[in-house]
Amino acid sequence: MSDVSNSRTISEMLDEPKIKVAFAIAATALTLALLVGGFFFLRDVTRAPRIAIAAVALIIGVGGVWALFFSMNAIAELFKPTVRDRILPYVFLAPAVLVLGFYIVWPAINTINLSFMDRFGNEYIGLDNYAFIFTNEAMLVVLRNTLLWVLLAPTVATALGLLIAVMVDRFKPTAEKITKSFIFLPMAISFVGASVIWRFVYAYQPPGLPQIGILNAIYTALGNDPLAWITLRPRNNLFLIFIMVWLQTGFAMVILSAAVKGVPKDLLEAARIDGASEVRSFFNVTIPYIQGTILTVLTTIVFLVLKIFDVAYVMTSGQYGTNIVALRMYQEAFVQRNFGRGSALAVVLFVVVIPLLVRNVRGLKETRG
Amino acid sequence: MSAKATTLNVVGGPSPLQRALGGVPIRLFVLAVVLIWTIPTLGLLVSSFRTQQAIAASGWWQGLFNFTNFEQWTTNNYERVLFADQMANAFFNSLLITIPATVIPITVAAFAAYAIAWMLFPGRQLLFVIIVGLLIVPLQMALIPVLRVYTRYGINGTYLGMWLAHTGFGLPLATYMLYGYISSIPKSIIESAHADGATPWMSFTRLVLPLSIPAIASFAIFQFLWVWNDLLVALVFFGTRRPIVTTRLAELVGSRGQSWHVLTAGAFITMIVPLIIFFSLQRYFVRGMMAGSVKG
Repeated sequence: MSDVSNSRTISEMLDEPKIKVAFAIAATALTLALLVGGFFFLRDVTRAPRIAIAAVALIIGVGGVWALFFSMNAIAELFKPTVRDRILPYVFLAPAVLVLGFYIVWPAINTINLSFMDRFGNEYIGLDNYAFIFTNEAMLVVLRNTLLWVLLAPTVATALGLLIAVMVDRFKPTAEKITKSFIFLPMAISFVGASVIWRFVYAYQPPGLPQIGILNAIYTALGNDPLAWITLRPRNNLFLIFIMVWLQTGFAMVILSAAVKGVPKDLLEAARIDGASEVRSFFNVTIPYIQGTILTVLTTIVFLVLKIFDVAYVMTSGQYGTNIVALRMYQEAFVQRNFGRGSALAVVLFVVVIPLLVRNVRGLKETRG
Repeated sequence: MSAKATTLNVVGGPSPLQRALGGVPIRLFVLAVVLIWTIPTLGLLVSSFRTQQAIAASGWWQGLFNFTNFEQWTTNNYERVLFADQMANAFFNSLLITIPATVIPITVAAFAAYAIAWMLFPGRQLLFVIIVGLLIVPLQMALIPVLRVYTRYGINGTYLGMWLAHTGFGLPLATYMLYGYISSIPKSIIESAHADGATPWMSFTRLVLPLSIPAIASFAIFQFLWVWNDLLVALVFFGTRRPIVTTRLAELVGSRGQSWHVLTAGAFITMIVPLIIFFSLQRYFVRGMMAGSVKG
C-alpha cells in the first residue's frame, strides 16, 4: 500500500512545473558533463586500465546519444503541448542535420573548392590538378585501370551471379540454399581480409622451391614455370579485379535470384509451348522481365568498385601498374599530403556517380507519385 | 561435396534423359564456382594452424592430405599474432569503435526518420530528397576537409572522432532505410497512441522503435560489418598508432608480406566476427547487405 502512495506522490511531484524545470536542467547538465568529460578522458587518458576505457567508451558512445535526445526532449516538454509539438521536430532532426552537414555536405563543397587549389589549400591554381590527372602519363594508367575495374568487375560479377541464380533455381531448396550461402560467404569478409586470402592464392616461389600458392601449384603441375602473378603488367589488373568479382558475385546472385523467382511461371510456360528452348526462353523472357533489377545490380557494383581502394592497397600498393583512382586519391591526399590533387581525384569519382544520384532522386519521385 | 551433388535434383525440362544430361554440365559448373569461392578461404584457415616451416615446405592442401602428420599443426601462430603482433589489442579497439559507431547512427537516424515520417514541419519532403541524394556522395569527398578540422582540434585518433565519422557516413542510408519502415506503420496506431495522451517521445520509444526492430536489425548488421571491415576511414581518422584489426592486418602485409603463418592467422582473426554474424544471423545479414548496397 505504501508503495502505491509513494509512487503516486513521486509522479505528482514530477508534474510540478518547478520540478520539471529542475529535472530538464539536471538532465542536460549531466549529459553535457558526460559527453565532454568522456571525450577528454578517452582522448588524453592513456594509462587507465583497459576495462575502464572500454566501460567509459561504451557508456559515452551508446548512452551519450540517448542522454542527448532525452534531455533535449525534457526541455521541449516544459512547454505547452502545442508549442512542444512545434519544437520537437527540430529536436529530433537537429543531430541528424548537424552530422550530415558537417560530415557530408560541407566537406563535399569544400573538396570541390580545394580541387582548384595548391597542395596546401592556400592558393587557387585553376585547373592544374585536373590537367595533371588527365595528362600525366602515370595518371593515364591509373585512369585506364579504373576504367577496366569499372567495366569488368560489375559485368562479370552480375553475369556470373545471374547464371548461378538461374542454375540453382532448379536445385532442391536445401541444395540451393547451401550453394548460395557458399557463394555469398565472401560478402562477410573485409576487403583487406580477402586481399590476404588472394595474395596467398597468387603466392610465388622461384622455380625449384615448393609452390605454396595454389594457383602456381596448379600452373606448374601443368608443366609451366611459376609466375609472379601480381607483378605481370598489365595482366595483373585482371587478377586484382577478379578479387572484386569474388567478393560481389554473391550480392548479384542473391538479388537476381529473387528477381528470377518473380518471373511469372505462365510466361515461361507459354514460351515452352511455343517451342522455345531453355536458353532461348532465358534470353527472351527472363532477361527482359528482370532487366530493371540487372541494371540496379550493375550500377550498385559500379559505384562500389569506384570507391574501393583496399584491394589494390593491400595487393600491390598501386605498384606494377595497378593503381586506381580511389587508391591514388588516398596516396595523394594522405601520404603525399597534396590536398589539391587528392580533392580533384575525389571530385572525379563524384562526377562519375552523379548520374546515379539523379536516377535515385528521380526514382524516389516516381515511387511517391 | 560429391554426396551432396548426387542429391541435387533438376526439376523441369522436356524428357528424363535430356533432364539428366542437361543437368550434369550445370551441376559441374556450379560445383566449380562453389569450389573457387570456398577453397581460398579454406586455404587460409588451414594454413593458419600450420607451422612456419610446414607452410614453406609444402602447399596447405598437401598438409590436409597428410592430416595425420601432427608435427605440422600448431596454435602458436595465433598466440604470436594476438600478442606479439598486437592483434588482440586491435580486436579490442575494433570493438570499441564498432559498437558505438553502430548504435549512434541508428539512434540519430531513427529520431530523424520518425520526425520526417510523423511530424509536421516545413520542408520535410525536401529534407528527405536531400538525404537520398547524399546516399551516393562518395566517402572520398568528405575525407580531406574533415581531417583538417580533426587535426586542428585534436580529434584525430580518438574513438569519438571515429564514431562520429562513421555516424556521418552511415546516416543517409540509416535514415533512408528506417524512414521506409517507420513511415509504413499504420497511421491509426500512431494516432490512437496520440489520442491516449502519449507524448511524441512516448510514442517513439514505446511504439515506433519496438515495431521497427526488423529494419533496425538489418541496418545494424550492415553498419557493424561495414565499420568492422573498414580500412579507409580508420587509416585517415584513427591512424595506426592505436591498431584496429584492418589497419593492423594491412600493416602486417606491408611489413611481413611473406610470413604466411602470421598473415593467415591475423586475417582469420579479423574475419571471425563477421563470419559468426554471417552464420548465426544469415537472414538479417542478407537483408542488411541488400539494403545497404546503396551506401556512399
